[in-house]
Amino acid sequence: MADPSIGLWTVPLAVFGGAIRVSTPFLFVSLGECITERSGRINLGLEGTLVMGAMSAYGISYLSGSPWLGVLAAGITGALLGALHAGICSLPRVNDVAVGIALMLFGTGLAFFLGKPLIEPTAPRLPAIDFGWWSDIPQVRAALRINVLFLIGVAIAPLLFWAFKTTRWGLLIRTAGESSDAARAMGHSVLLIRLRATMVGGFLAGIGGSFLSLFYPGSWNEGLSSGQGITAVALVIFARWDPLLCLWASLAFGGAAALGPALQSVGVTSGYHLFNAAPYILTLAIMIITCSPKRTLTGAPAELSITR
Amino acid sequence: MDFGRISRRHLLQGGAALAAGSALGLRGAMAAETTIGFIYVGSRDDYGYNQAHAQGAAALKKLPGLKVVEEEKVPETDAVEKTIESMINLDGASLLFPTSFGYYNPHMIKMANKFPKLRFEHCGGLWSEKDPKNAGSYFGYIDEAQYISGIVAGYSSKSGKLGFVAAKPIPQVLRNINAFTLGARLANPKATTQVIFTGDWSMPVKEAEATNSLIDQGVDVLTCHVDGPKTMVENAARRGAMVCGYHVNQSPLAPKAYLTGAEWNWEALYPKFVKMIAAGETIPNFYRGGLKEEIVKTSPYGEAVSAEARKHADDIKAKFLSAEGYAIFKGGLVDNKGKTVIAAGTDRGQKDPELEKMDYLVEGVLGATS
Amino acid sequence: MTTDAAEGGVEAAGVAPAADVGFLQRYGASIEYILIPAAALIGALAVFGLFVAMYGKNPLDLYFYMYYGAFGTWFSWQNTLTRAAPLILTALCTALPAQLGMVIIGGEGALLIGALSATAAALAMQGAAPIVVQIAMVIAGVIGGGLWITLSGALRQYRGVNETISSLLLVYIGLAILNHLVEGAMRDPASLNKPSTREIGAANMIGTIPGTDVHWGLVFGLVAAIASYILIYHTTFGFAARVAGGNIRAAKIVGLGVGKLILTICFLAGACAGLAGMIEVAAVQGRTNANLAAGYGFTGILVAFLARQNPLAIIPVAILLGGISASGGLLQRRLGLPDASVLVLQGIIFVFVLASDALYGRIGFLKGKS
Repeated sequence: MADPSIGLWTVPLAVFGGAIRVSTPFLFVSLGECITERSGRINLGLEGTLVMGAMSAYGISYLSGSPWLGVLAAGITGALLGALHAGICSLPRVNDVAVGIALMLFGTGLAFFLGKPLIEPTAPRLPAIDFGWWSDIPQVRAALRINVLFLIGVAIAPLLFWAFKTTRWGLLIRTAGESSDAARAMGHSVLLIRLRATMVGGFLAGIGGSFLSLFYPGSWNEGLSSGQGITAVALVIFARWDPLLCLWASLAFGGAAALGPALQSVGVTSGYHLFNAAPYILTLAIMIITCSPKRTLTGAPAELSITR
Repeated sequence: MDFGRISRRHLLQGGAALAAGSALGLRGAMAAETTIGFIYVGSRDDYGYNQAHAQGAAALKKLPGLKVVEEEKVPETDAVEKTIESMINLDGASLLFPTSFGYYNPHMIKMANKFPKLRFEHCGGLWSEKDPKNAGSYFGYIDEAQYISGIVAGYSSKSGKLGFVAAKPIPQVLRNINAFTLGARLANPKATTQVIFTGDWSMPVKEAEATNSLIDQGVDVLTCHVDGPKTMVENAARRGAMVCGYHVNQSPLAPKAYLTGAEWNWEALYPKFVKMIAAGETIPNFYRGGLKEEIVKTSPYGEAVSAEARKHADDIKAKFLSAEGYAIFKGGLVDNKGKTVIAAGTDRGQKDPELEKMDYLVEGVLGATS
Repeated sequence: MTTDAAEGGVEAAGVAPAADVGFLQRYGASIEYILIPAAALIGALAVFGLFVAMYGKNPLDLYFYMYYGAFGTWFSWQNTLTRAAPLILTALCTALPAQLGMVIIGGEGALLIGALSATAAALAMQGAAPIVVQIAMVIAGVIGGGLWITLSGALRQYRGVNETISSLLLVYIGLAILNHLVEGAMRDPASLNKPSTREIGAANMIGTIPGTDVHWGLVFGLVAAIASYILIYHTTFGFAARVAGGNIRAAKIVGLGVGKLILTICFLAGACAGLAGMIEVAAVQGRTNANLAAGYGFTGILVAFLARQNPLAIIPVAILLGGISASGGLLQRRLGLPDASVLVLQGIIFVFVLASDALYGRIGFLKGKS
């Protein structure tokens, strides 16, 4: 075997690999949130949904022996939490941002509570598909061991883009988000549309959580999500509620998260705390650059409480 | 519903426990029902630091006449002071084990001053003469076990590149990194250890990224010093690298990849403490020890460890266990910037307080402390 | 909030007279403000009891230990009040901007920066009279925390960046800055295994309220809450803020400087959280290190929302949540419930209180109907 080290190439490769490995939860949560927000409601509770999804996926995978059942369970858990959010928000005078924060707390707490006995056991994990067979470089092969959930996420993004634009279903969601009066005039229940949109959003966020516990880092513990769910919600705003931009933003985020450790591995060691905060600094910087006080954000659903 | 009666009954029970507890505290010695309080900073089943302590607490539960109360995920703020007081006031605890480093100063010191008749034992702290006499600090020279791991790692690595996933550049961690590296260079003088600091004690995604980055750099044996090694162990094993464990035995997580590991032996130490108190002896306020004192231990060798490695590691282990002991940090030690950090001719034995201040990485470590 | 009350009053006036309708007309809305949250709380406790029953524990035991651990003894009360102290201040960090219709959830970041600034001030002034150092710490903490949240306000005002998201991102950035400085430029070389700044000195600590174990932070919190209440409800500035919060366009039409309002309120909000950080340093930790990130800022958000953003209501709510966290330890030790029970209960209470918002002005008998 030749020298297996690839020196400084580690950094771009780690950022590339990290973009694939770390981005998947961001991708699912942001796509889910994109659907919810397009319908005119914001769900900050997806952080709780993500953690709850991670826990239930791990638990079901452990009990049933099938990681795919775990993924399904995570999705269903997420959809139920979404229904809870939508249900409370449909009451008069209830603030959706506050309900989101409440569910963030509730979801996280419930996951920690029920997940105690799951910290120790090892559950069956999701398989990876080897896309690096063509390469002789082990690092490249490792970076290209991709989980099918990532591919599903990548496929959902354009699908959603297309669905928002051309399908009746997409039109309904956008109408509910732009003007609830218009949706009502068309004879549709805005609350029902938002309920469905929030449930689908929760379903996707739950699956994002299952990726964390069943693929990467690949086990359940209480530090699993360091705010990925809430960051993904922020990501939707700077992705302008566009599913395709959500995909790129998630990839950029995953890459940024891999930057800190990768730089250290090639000897850039000073200020590692600041490098570790890179994803947050990046988000803030992009938001500062792309937002404008003069006009409402392009693409922002008019009914959305936080942009009004 | 009759809340009144239930409350009164409970209150009476609570009150009785309280009275019994303080009476015990005043007597000081171990009597029929002694309550011992354990406080953990994280989850006690984290496959790591907290689980090691919980295993020690579990060993105490088996002894007769002892009651163990435990509380987990207590932050290192005045919350731990209140937890200690609550264990004393409401549960009657007379011996307390706040097990996280950050509990020591100012929190445990404050409580030890407030309850001078009760005993406080802290893991990791540096008790000094100005601290209260009823407080104690104990710790293990786990770098001895890391040194053994290093030897095994040095023989097992094909690339000669080892990896270390570490939380923060503090003396206890640096000591482990250095001991691991020195051990490895005993087996393979060209071996190097690449270190990555994640920034905090429990950061699973960062730990996984660090593990992958290290393996991308050609590292084929890894170890770590974070609160829960599970993430590193599983992710390294998945990439086909080998691992040395830390805190507790992680071999069930990756039986093929697990070489050996540096473990705490609290389940031996804690019953020893309780027996000392029961016999009326005082536990030294500053209590330290390594393999010989059975405060730390090494995991059984995995199947991948060669006979040569086993023999060399066992030889060194025997030296640690011998009466004259063995110094890891010998005179003439050079750090990775080329500076001599221990002058030639002055070996620094384990108990040397200078080692507690370690702020360098030895030659052979790739990385920096800041 | 005020519109709800008015609405209730108007409806009450329009209904058929009953015997006590005069009383209800006058006080119906006020009664609602006590009755509805109380009902929500009882509902939440009932659901939590059910949840715990499914876990195989007796809910009556649960309620008893919650009461006992939070308010059952003088010690429990002190425990509760100690935990409530920082929450009052961090809750104000969310409640004040809420008057303008802004949702700030970054109190934790302002707390950390406030603590860091206060520590830096104290270290720069070593040797001065304690009272001078303490005043300098208050000023530094207030300015540090204040500017941190002002940043979110300014980003919203001048760049249109959503303040909820930016304040949250600033928490992670603030924590990174704190860790960076505490492990680098501001590190006390003697803080070996817990990187910290130098200690501010025992003489400069602010101590506890005489006769109790509760530190002066509680008094700071009470004063800040009352001052905020007066500011919001009894000054022109507060009136302007509430007008702007109700309708930004209307505020602009009547010539209110919305930008100035946003920046001032955000500064005050951050100042409260910064003060909480300063108190954690000056009354509890004695220095700055990573322990300060204990989540007070996040629990404060919950307090503010439960108090319906009313600065006075924050006081009892903070005490209630302080009580829940004080009793959490007892739930672990006596009932064997996981530490996360406290989080679950907080989440359930939060959900119930929010859902109960729908009830205002809709309770039949408060409108005078039979």
